[in-house]
Order: sequence, then structure tokens, then C-alpha cells
Amino acid sequence: MLLLEKNSLTEEIEELVNLMGHERSSLLPILQALQRKHKYISDFAQQEIARLLDIHPVEVYSVISFYAFLHSEPHGRNIVRLCQTITCDMAGKDAVAKAIERELGITFGQTTKDKRITLEYANCLGMCDQGPAMIVNDRVYTHLTPEKAVNILNEIK
Amino acid sequence: MESSKDNLRAPVSQKPHVIEKPKDTSGIGGMITVEINEKKITVPLGTTILEACNDNQIHIPTLCHHSDLCIAGVCRICVVEVEGMRTLQAACAFPITAPLKIKTSTPMVRKARRHILDLMLSEHYGECYSCFRNQNCELQALAKEYGVDEYTFGHVNTPRYEVDRSSASVIRDMNKCILCKRCVRTCIDLQEVGVLEAINRGHETHIGTFLDKPLADVICINCGQCINRCPTSALRANDPSDEIWAAIDDPTKHVVIQTAPSPRAGIGEEFGLEPGHSLTGEMNTALRRIGFDRVFDTNFTADLTIMEEGTELLNRLKKVIVDKDTTVKLPQFTSCSPGWVKFIEHFYPEYLDYLSTAKSPQQMFGAVIKTFYAQETGIDPKDIVSVALMPCSAKKFECNRPEMRDSGFKDVDYGLTTRELAKMIKEAGIYLPEMPKSHFDEPFGDASGAGLIFGATGGVMEAALRTVYELVTGREVPFTNLNIEPCRGFDGIKQASVLLENCKDEYSFLEGVEVKFIVAHGTANAKKVMELLRKGLLSDVHFVEIMACPGGCIGGGGQPIPTSEEIRKKRAEAIYAEDESLTLRKSHENPHVQYIYEKFLTEGPCSHKSHELLHTHYTKRGRFIA
Ligand code: SF4
Ligand code: SF4
Ligand code: SF4
Ligand code: FES
Repeated sequence: MLLLEKNSLTEEIEELVNLMGHERSSLLPILQALQRKHKYISDFAQQEIARLLDIHPVEVYSVISFYAFLHSEPHGRNIVRLCQTITCDMAGKDAVAKAIERELGITFGQTTKDKRITLEYANCLGMCDQGPAMIVNDRVYTHLTPEKAVNILNEIK
Repeated sequence: MESSKDNLRAPVSQKPHVIEKPKDTSGIGGMITVEINEKKITVPLGTTILEACNDNQIHIPTLCHHSDLCIAGVCRICVVEVEGMRTLQAACAFPITAPLKIKTSTPMVRKARRHILDLMLSEHYGECYSCFRNQNCELQALAKEYGVDEYTFGHVNTPRYEVDRSSASVIRDMNKCILCKRCVRTCIDLQEVGVLEAINRGHETHIGTFLDKPLADVICINCGQCINRCPTSALRANDPSDEIWAAIDDPTKHVVIQTAPSPRAGIGEEFGLEPGHSLTGEMNTALRRIGFDRVFDTNFTADLTIMEEGTELLNRLKKVIVDKDTTVKLPQFTSCSPGWVKFIEHFYPEYLDYLSTAKSPQQMFGAVIKTFYAQETGIDPKDIVSVALMPCSAKKFECNRPEMRDSGFKDVDYGLTTRELAKMIKEAGIYLPEMPKSHFDEPFGDASGAGLIFGATGGVMEAALRTVYELVTGREVPFTNLNIEPCRGFDGIKQASVLLENCKDEYSFLEGVEVKFIVAHGTANAKKVMELLRKGLLSDVHFVEIMACPGGCIGGGGQPIPTSEEIRKKRAEAIYAEDESLTLRKSHENPHVQYIYEKFLTEGPCSHKSHELLHTHYTKRGRFIA
């Protein structure tokens, strides 16, 4: 990483810490803010957070590894998560999954070459009555069909 | 000296659930009577069920609980029935605040415990007979206690994790881990290093490092405290005994061993003795029977360390007081604990000038053996294999430091721990407590009691004061029987002072100076001292002793398992008793030390030659993990 980039990241984290507080309990909101902006929390960022909150880097990593929606590895600009729980499965998740994979040319767990989309499975999104469901970044889409899912994907920048 | 951060350290869920016990237990509400297994027991309010049972000879199994650590309540093996509660309760995490009825052995309790064990064993890879904790394993002992004779929930047959052998000191085999998190609490709370945490969740949970990097690539100070508290063999030290056997069996090699003060006070425990039995003489004989060619006492170089470090302190004081040299740093910090040295290199690299440049006794001896000893005996240093028996896992890292080759060879070839030596002794068919006693070998002979007490926290300070005070004033330190009590005991941070009066002419600049010193053990306490230094609050302090391990070396990461404050106290008592029984109790009076300054280091302590061989430099490591 370039030194300049590091410094701007440090500044950003310092701002977040000032905003959310120096306590351990501020860790999660800080991580969420970084995740939202950068789509992942780099090892440098993790250590800066640890330094500013006066905790240990491994504690930050522990929290990130616990939550499926926090990442320590670079991801695509958008994250698409298809629900794989049983009701969505019964409502036709498989066909949607295949269509998505074909459209993007990647399998679940991978990121497109142009870094546009990372594809993942999620467990129950709480949309069991409206399955199959998926979320794109923060937005939920329900009653998916293969065509509908592909159209949604094509609109993502 | 508590820092305000103490309250924030552990998440609430990890804090002891103990309710502050009432100071006055005589009044109403001070004591409370519960019924455990139909027996009435009266305890102070806030006592946990586990403590109440322990005090009343009722056995409760535990795994995640450890007397040195905060309560976790994660393993659930200690569950008991509490009348009126829907579910079983963890005895270790349940403070008694009401007159409860508790049952510790009911069908439900036994079944739950057995299931918990079976579930642990279902993911526990490995066999006991190929395991270093065989017969000293808390999981194995419980499996026996609960009569496990089959794997109710199956058993893994293939390892899930690669064994991490990257570190010179600690080997991690997560296939044997039961996720009790004792290591996590040790490293974060006792040591403030924070290497380990639980990574991932659910079935994927394992104890890991930052980004799951190999241990050698993260900031671990090699103290081995996590090993001493692990209930299984998931953590163990890097054992060099095969290499040492090979050297012993090689007739062309001259194998010498130096033995530190703490192993002799602890090794009896490996042979079933109560803690607190010193086996110095017995161990010397056993070492010779195993096949070591010479057995030396590290206390000799502990005495040498005192001469070098004490002289360095006097030099610093002179430079500050007489020469008004502002580049010289005070207080001077001790440098004999390699865990502490690595800690300061990582966390306080800007303060390395405060650290004494004197090597640790182990490394001084290494340098002396392959130079002075080789010269005196006419043995080619390349044929010498130098082993160091240490209570410490960090010593394994220390002897592999690239700068520790001042003799022209690797100064110390292997660091061997107390546990590993006990294993070698057993392998040689020797029952240690029955060995006849014998002395250490010349030309280093028996050392002083000052060197001996290096093993307990405060010992280096006490030894240094005995010498420095006498060098400066010509009189013995003004403490009964040379026992400098303020240095002793197990408070995390101790502080005291000694007034220098009627000094000798050459030390007249110290007339009336009150030498202030601080003693701390466990790097969490070291961190507190360093924060005081950073705030400029130590400007009137002259000398600081720091040991990385709680209790000092007697509680080192290579000492027999288990450990507790009580055990460490007994080991320390053994050392202090042995010191008191010796006639030679001051480092500067050690005739062998005087001899080496006459014959070899002829320009005296802190001279050019001693700087070459007995002093070192440090690396600014910093805390960034690349
Ligand atoms: S850790 Fe304990 S239970 Fe596991 S194999 Fe070793 S001795 Fe046996
Ligand atoms: S050896 Fe010490 S620093 Fe390293 S992981 Fe264990 S407790 Fe932590
Ligand atoms: S490594 Fe040992 S101490 Fe740490 S969680 Fe596993 S079993 Fe417990
Ligand atoms: S010993 Fe009580 S929960 Fe582990």
C-alpha cells in the first residue's frame, strides 16, 4: 500500500473513532462504516482501529471473522447475497442461482474480474414468505425469478 | 497504580461475575448459608458455587476456569443443579447471593457433563499416548473421571488444522484445542500482548492469531504463559531434547549444561513432589548420569550480570548527577527476561535506551563458555554444545537471536525447559528425588544466593541492591539478614527505596541519594510501568526490574504444569530458603566472579571486552504486523 493511501485511511479511522467514541463498544459501528465504504477492512485498517481503541489487532480480526457481513479481504464494489435457507430453496433458489452464475461468469464466493460484483450465499434473510430473496448491498429483492435476478444484476454499476 | 483502562479491558461478558464480597462479614447479609448436597454451608456473599464447593471438599470438574484468570463460563463442564432454576448452572460463574439449594451430582448433572465431554472428544484429534500432556491433561483426567469408554458422538480421524511450528518457542496444535479460551485470557489479561482470540464462529471457531498468521509472524513475546494454562496439549513448547540426545551420544561433542535457579525449585513437581522442594544437588547428579559432560550454575552469570548491570547503573548515575549528561536515561530497566525485552521492543521501541545493555545470565554464560571456558580447558569451541536449562520458553527464542553470537559461534545452542528436562531424566530411567546430591563443576563452581533469587520477582533488584549498596558505602544493605523484604512478595508492582549514606570517597556524588526502585512482573504490569514512564512520572526512579512472567522465572512458561499463585509462592519460598542457607550471598563476593575479572575480563565490569561479550543491543521492532 502506498504511504499516502495509508495516511488517508488513518485519518478516516481517526475521524470515525472521534465520532463513535474510544470504547470497545464502538468497534462494531466503526467496522460497519469502513465496510460500507471500502467493502472490506484491510489489515492495516484493522491495526489502526486496534491502536486507536487501545485493543489488540487480533480482537478486531476476531470480530470481523465472526460476522459474515464484515470482510478482511478485498471484495467487489457490490455484494450480492442470495438466501440459501430452506424456504427460499423450495421457492426456486436453485434456478436463480444458476442464472446468476451464468450471467456473471463466476460461482458463489467469487468476485467478477472487473470487481463489480462479489457473489455470496446468505442464511435466512427473514423473507421466507417472499422467496427466493437476495440482497444487493443493503437492498432486499424478493419474489425473484431467473430473469428478474439477471435484470437486477445488470443495473448494478 | 491502577490505570483507568482496567475497567474497559475485558468485555463485560468476560469480567469476573463475582459480586464484591462484603468487607464486614459479621453483620446481616455478610454471610449466607446455602445447602450443597444437603449439607449446610455458610460462605461470604458473592462466593461462587465453585469456590464454596472447593472450600468444602466437594469436587466440581472445571476446564475453562483458572485461578489466575477472569471467569469465562464457556466450557459448561462445571454445571450443577440449583433448585428453582430451569437449566443447569455453571458453578464457576454463579455467585451465591441467596440461600440456595444446590446439588452437584444428580443424574441430570452427570449426563450433561458426560455429553459435554463426549462432544469435546468428538472433535478432539489425536491419541493420548503420542501426546506430550499424557497423564498431565485436564481433558484426559476428566475422561477418566467420567468413565468415557466410547465416543458417543464419534471422533475425528483426520486433523483439521495444520500444526503451527513457526515459532522458536511455542507450538500450536489446534486439533487438540477445546476452546476454553484460557490462552486468550492469559495473553490479553495477564500479559497484555493480545496474540490470540477466537476466530470465525460456530463449528469453524478456532483460536487463532491476527489474520491467522503463523505465530512467528505476529507479535508474540514467547513467554509461554498460555502453555502453562492450557488444559490440553494444544499449546506446547518447542522441544529440543532429540537434538540434545544426539549431541550427548556424539563422542566428539563436549556437551555442557547451565541450569537456571527456577527449574531446580520446580522440577520436583514433575516427579510427584509437592511444590516447594528444591532438588539442586539431585539434579546435578542426574544431569551427569544422563551424559552431560559439565554441569554449571547459571547463578554464576547471574552474579556476573549483577556486576555488569550494577556497574552500568552506577555509571549512569554518575553521568547524570556529576556530568549532567542529558542523553543518559534513568531509570535503568533490567534486561534479563527475554519475554520482557521482546515486549518493549514491540510496544515501546522508543524507550530501548532505558534498557540495560547487559545480556541475560543465559547469554552471558553462553558467551563465557565458548570463550573463557574453552580457553581454560583447551577445548575447541566448535566442539562444545551449550545447553541452557531454563524455566522459560522465551529463552529458546533468545538463544536464536542473530546478535547472540559474540563468541564467534552460537553462544547457546539449545534452550531446554524444566518440563523437557524432567522428560529426559525419566527417559534415562532416573527417579530424580532419590538421586544423591552433588555440586556444580569448576571452573564456575557454586554461586551466590544473590544469583539464586533471580528466579523470583524482585530477586534481581534484591541481588543488585546487596551489591550496589556495598560497593558504594562499604557496608552491607541495612536489612535484617540481607533479606530486602520490600523486593519480595507477589504484588504486581512494588516500589521502595534505599538511602545511601556515608558513601565511599569515589561515590561521594551519591551521598544522601535515595535510590528508588520499582519491581513489576507479568507484562500487563510492565505496561502500567511503561505508561507511567511515558507520562514522565518515573523521573525520580533509578532502577526498574521487570519480569515477563507472573511471579518471575519461577512462574516461567517452561515450568511444570499446572501453575497457580499458591504454587508459585511455594517455589519462591524454596528459592529464598536456599539463599538463606548459603554462606555466599552477595554477587561481588563470588570468588569465581572475582577470578574471571582477574583472568579474563581484566579491565573490569562494563569495560571494552565485557561490552563485546556480555552486553548486547536491541531492535526497534514496533507493533505493526506486516
Ligand atoms: S490433549 Fe489430553 S486428551 Fe488430548 S490426546 Fe493429549 S493427553 Fe489425550
Ligand atoms: S507465548 Fe505469551 S505472548 Fe505468546 S501467545 Fe502465549 S501468552 Fe501470548
Ligand atoms: S489452546 Fe488450550 S488454552 Fe487455548 S483455548 Fe485451546 S485448549 Fe484452551
Ligand atoms: S469451568 Fe465453569 S464453565 Fe468452564
